[in-house]
Amino acid sequence: MSTMVDPGPEAPEAPPVEAKPPTRLGDLLFSKVSLVSGLIVILFLAGVGTFLLIQGLPALDASGEATYGEPDIWKFVGMLLYGTIYASLIAIVIVTPLAVGLALVISHYAPKALAKPVGYLVDLLAAVPSVVFGLWGLEVLAPKLLPAYKWLNEHFSWIPLFDGSVNSRSLLTASIVLALMALPIVTALLREIFAQTPRAHEEAALALGATRWEMIRLAVFPYARSGMVAAILLGLGRALGETMAVAMVLSATGTGYLTLSIISAENPNTIAAFIANNYANASGDKINTMIFAGLALFLLTFVVNFAGRWIATRGQNKG
Amino acid sequence: MKRTSFRSIAAPAIATIAVFSLAACGGGNDSNTDLEGDAGDTSVYEGLSGTLAGGGASSQGSAQDAWIAGFSTVASGVTVTYDPQGSGAGRENFISGGYKFAGTDAYLSDEEGELTEATKTCGTAPIQIPNYVSPIAVIFNVDGVENLNLAPDVLADIFAGKIKKWNDPRIVADNKDEKLPNADIRPVHRSDESGTTENFTDYLDAVAKKNWTAGVVETWPKQFGGEGAKGTDGVVKSVTDGEKNAIGYADASKAGDLGVAKIKVGDAFVEPSADAAAKILEVSPEAEGAGDTAMIYDLDHTTTEDGVYPIVLTSYLLACQKYDDEATAKQVKGYLTYILSDQGQTIGSEEAGSAPLSDDLRTRAQEIVAKIGS
Repeated sequence: MSTMVDPGPEAPEAPPVEAKPPTRLGDLLFSKVSLVSGLIVILFLAGVGTFLLIQGLPALDASGEATYGEPDIWKFVGMLLYGTIYASLIAIVIVTPLAVGLALVISHYAPKALAKPVGYLVDLLAAVPSVVFGLWGLEVLAPKLLPAYKWLNEHFSWIPLFDGSVNSRSLLTASIVLALMALPIVTALLREIFAQTPRAHEEAALALGATRWEMIRLAVFPYARSGMVAAILLGLGRALGETMAVAMVLSATGTGYLTLSIISAENPNTIAAFIANNYANASGDKINTMIFAGLALFLLTFVVNFAGRWIATRGQNKG
Repeated sequence: MKRTSFRSIAAPAIATIAVFSLAACGGGNDSNTDLEGDAGDTSVYEGLSGTLAGGGASSQGSAQDAWIAGFSTVASGVTVTYDPQGSGAGRENFISGGYKFAGTDAYLSDEEGELTEATKTCGTAPIQIPNYVSPIAVIFNVDGVENLNLAPDVLADIFAGKIKKWNDPRIVADNKDEKLPNADIRPVHRSDESGTTENFTDYLDAVAKKNWTAGVVETWPKQFGGEGAKGTDGVVKSVTDGEKNAIGYADASKAGDLGVAKIKVGDAFVEPSADAAAKILEVSPEAEGAGDTAMIYDLDHTTTEDGVYPIVLTSYLLACQKYDDEATAKQVKGYLTYILSDQGQTIGSEEAGSAPLSDDLRTRAQEIVAKIGS
């Protein structure tokens, strides 16, 4: 995890070079194995991309039943993209403050003895399978949220977010589950980024009489800004592609509704959940349509992840 | 980096759960040593060995599990697998030859060229037998209401979102003895594409075309709204545990303790039962393309015949008349013979709520299966 943001300043300096042949069998083997592994990843990615293109493009002129009631493929993908992005954005709005707080506790606030185990626990969250998140969201979370939704609907239904027929398995419930699933990766990245703040900056701030919070605002945040954006974008990438949990939790109908409401029974649907819900029973043109939707998701996550990494490396070079 | 590891954990986890639940099913059946009914002509089971892979409709998944467990007691050398991937996947794999037999909720037709392709795969017309007939129950959960009578047009309007309150005069008209609350109706439908939805809307489309304007669909029509839940279990769960005042549709064998509505047929209100559901095949005309080996029906939902429950899901078995490989032919013949035997039909209805086929239909199906060869 840390390797992608950690420039590795503590890495031991290479010992003075001796006058030996530069490669031995081990070196050669290792470099070849690494090269092959690297190439395989690229090959896989290219293969997946090609597959999606070949299988997805015939869907361009699909309509009617093959686009699940939408007039054409663009409307079909558009509806699902809307739901996918909407659900993920809500998740990110929820996860950002949570992850920043958690990461700060681990990196700056908590005593070492506490910070380590808390860090491990958050990482463990990443090991929970998404079906389990789905089950938990369905069985435990959704019923608990219902009273809150009802209250929101009663008092704030004039805000489009809280309009509609209240339902426990709404977009907000799905987004909260997504947020929890994105929490470990975002927290882990933020933790590393915060921990990289030069000690001198922090001590200088403290020496000037800053409280701990002021020190974090003055020294840690400015230093970590680009890294924070990158971490959040990578978390977004995680939320975009999540399948099982959303499919299980979300009350969805077909391609979903173009609505802002986040607490009703009639929700937008996400690409991944839509494919999970409908692939098993699909045949013929419908499969092309779904693969086309997969292609859209592939491109979207690719762009988001790429943006995240680009911002991360740009920040590193400057910092 | 970590992202990939989430998924690589999830997939094996699902697989593990699936294996465990299958094992649990199998175990339950194995302990049932006294299987009722006659397994039929046992000579077809003799000397069978190897593995037979099939799959398809998830609707008949639990019945297939029961049949596989039962079959293993008469032909212990064969390992049959049934992967409940869905009807579409079942038909595709059958056509490609991946599955030697398949289950599908929709019979093969040439709308998408599937019948022609399947005929090509088999060499001759494929065998299609209605092996799983199960009533779809309209389940409800309304405080203080135990019996609910619904006329087709009322049912259609409820699911189309046009009747919004439980004490709507049109519902009250058929339920004078019940105290229906002044509460919003919460209709629950399948969020995934499913044969259950197709059969349910097929019924609504046939009996209440004016009220149900969305036609026969596999994915719930968006314009009618309502709450979506994944899978039969999801719908049952949502109706049971969610807020009260819900109504949904699900395989009758999964209805559990929920209230089950009686549906108006002719002048009477009929409750879903295996017998009442099986009767519909007898009163329905054969579909276009039915033939010597294709026992396919266009269900007559509008029937007014006494004691017929009109909302049913029929699922078909697909197989070839001839297989290149003699061993495969024997395996398929053996397994299908078992499904159609007294014992198979009893197990199917006890374990999965499938309606046993009537004697007439069963005899016809058995004759078709008896001719499977290589």
